Amino acid sequence: MIVAGCDVGSLTAKAVILDGDRILAARIGRVKSKPELSAREVIAAAFQDAGIGETDIACCIGTGYGQKYIPLPAEAMSEITCHAKGAKWLLPSVRTVIDIGGQDCKVMRLDARGKIIKFTTNDKCAAGTGRFLEVMAKLLNVELDELGELSGRAMKPLNLSSTCTVWAQAEVIQKINQGETIADIGGAVNHAMANRVMIMANAVGIEKDVCITGGVSKNVGVVKSLERLLGIRVKKLRIDPQAVGALGAAVFAREKLEGRRRS
Amino acid sequence: MIVAGLDVGSLTAKAVILDGEKILASHLQQVRSRPEEAAVEVMGKAVAAAGLAMADVACVVGTGYGRSRILFANDTISEIACHGKGASWLLPSVRTIIDVGGQDAKAIRVDETGRVVRYVYNDKCASGTGRFLEVMAEALELKIEDMGEISFKATSPVRITNQCVVFAETEVISMVNSGSKIPDVISGLHTAMANRISSMVKGIGGVEREVTMAGGVAKNKGIYTALEEALGVKMVPMALDPQLNGAVGAALFAREAMITRGDVPGAGVFQGDFCKGS
Repeated sequence: MIVAGCDVGSLTAKAVILDGDRILAARIGRVKSKPELSAREVIAAAFQDAGIGETDIACCIGTGYGQKYIPLPAEAMSEITCHAKGAKWLLPSVRTVIDIGGQDCKVMRLDARGKIIKFTTNDKCAAGTGRFLEVMAKLLNVELDELGELSGRAMKPLNLSSTCTVWAQAEVIQKINQGETIADIGGAVNHAMANRVMIMANAVGIEKDVCITGGVSKNVGVVKSLERLLGIRVKKLRIDPQAVGALGAAVFAREKLEGRRRS
Repeated sequence: MIVAGLDVGSLTAKAVILDGEKILASHLQQVRSRPEEAAVEVMGKAVAAAGLAMADVACVVGTGYGRSRILFANDTISEIACHGKGASWLLPSVRTIIDVGGQDAKAIRVDETGRVVRYVYNDKCASGTGRFLEVMAEALELKIEDMGEISFKATSPVRITNQCVVFAETEVISMVNSGSKIPDVISGLHTAMANRISSMVKGIGGVEREVTMAGGVAKNKGIYTALEEALGVKMVPMALDPQLNGAVGAALFAREAMITRGDVPGAGVFQGDFCKGS
């Protein structure tokens, strides 16, 4: 029984094809001009990887900001439940899931059975989301995926005192003008990001094990700072952490089919 | 007795020279990331405009974000207290003062003596400050001082859903790209900003009549009108440049200090010594 999950976010679209307990394909693509286009492309790519076609899919669940544009007969579920589901499926010991996307951030605490018992989410303020890093990477003239490594090369601990992305931008410009190195400033940017996430995490209450999903989890600087701030080690996931929401959607699709069969 | 009030903000420095109940002169200029120099310059120009010399000024009170950089001030006082003081001296019937500067915003409630009884202050988030408009003007490739005028040409104003400056900027760009007219977008931005300021006013328990608006953003007629709509009241316009209100308040504190002390403090001697409890 083959099922699919599709997560259309603000910056990337993800599709996961699941056959029983086996992941046949997990694809991530940049969003196109329209969410329906992004969804269609990423699903087509995942089909190709898995060597299947649309008719092979018994059920599909969509999630994310563009969930209603998925070109398959799909039901929609919230990102929060999908991320929790996907993380729990990959890592049964997980109790806290931190998802940091391009334009939002969520922290969820789960019970032993994977049920969400508390969560908080921010999509109102760019600080503490991937957008903060995007703005800063542009300012520092580095690629977004190079920003994380700067923390490792930083020699001097710098501090960004503003939370607001706009004010922090002014602080970063000031530091550049003062002659601080890009590595040191980059380290400060990653640390500021982690700090903001920590505040959200503490509001929900951290319980082990902890995993991070979403694009920002690929920034090693942010992850290391966050580990230090929270005093924990983050568990590694065996798939691309950006695909966890789509995986969770696929797991829901499978459960739905099983439920239908049982009844 | 001649006194001066100096307000060194994030973007502009303002000086007011007061003689009794009369404003002799004032001056306003850019700070350009040199607050110490801007303070000396703006003071020198205001004093010269009054036909005076620095030595004629008995007392200087500094306020504003850069007030610690006014090296010749006899004392410094918070902007909140100065805006309260200035507005209720200029407009005695005013009880609510909204000050929106380049990098902050305040809603202040004063009593009949001009004493601050309640206030809400935001300098943590760029939304609802002058910076919001600056960013948008840049994104739309417009001069910030033209925005007010342009907004009145709106025929069907857009609704901006994001509060965050960064997210709203993206929203605005995509609106323009998908064909929204610039006046409609600007009008929507003004409403969004007015709503943000109006929620600060709710934070001090809502409006208490009369209401006035100070700070550079008060010069934007679009925001001014949108704010009146959001608050559901007509505001009382300031008789002088609304950006000078803080400096006027500082000058009034300088005058009060001189009256209670009855002497002439030397520069630096009374740092933080008087105007307590204000």
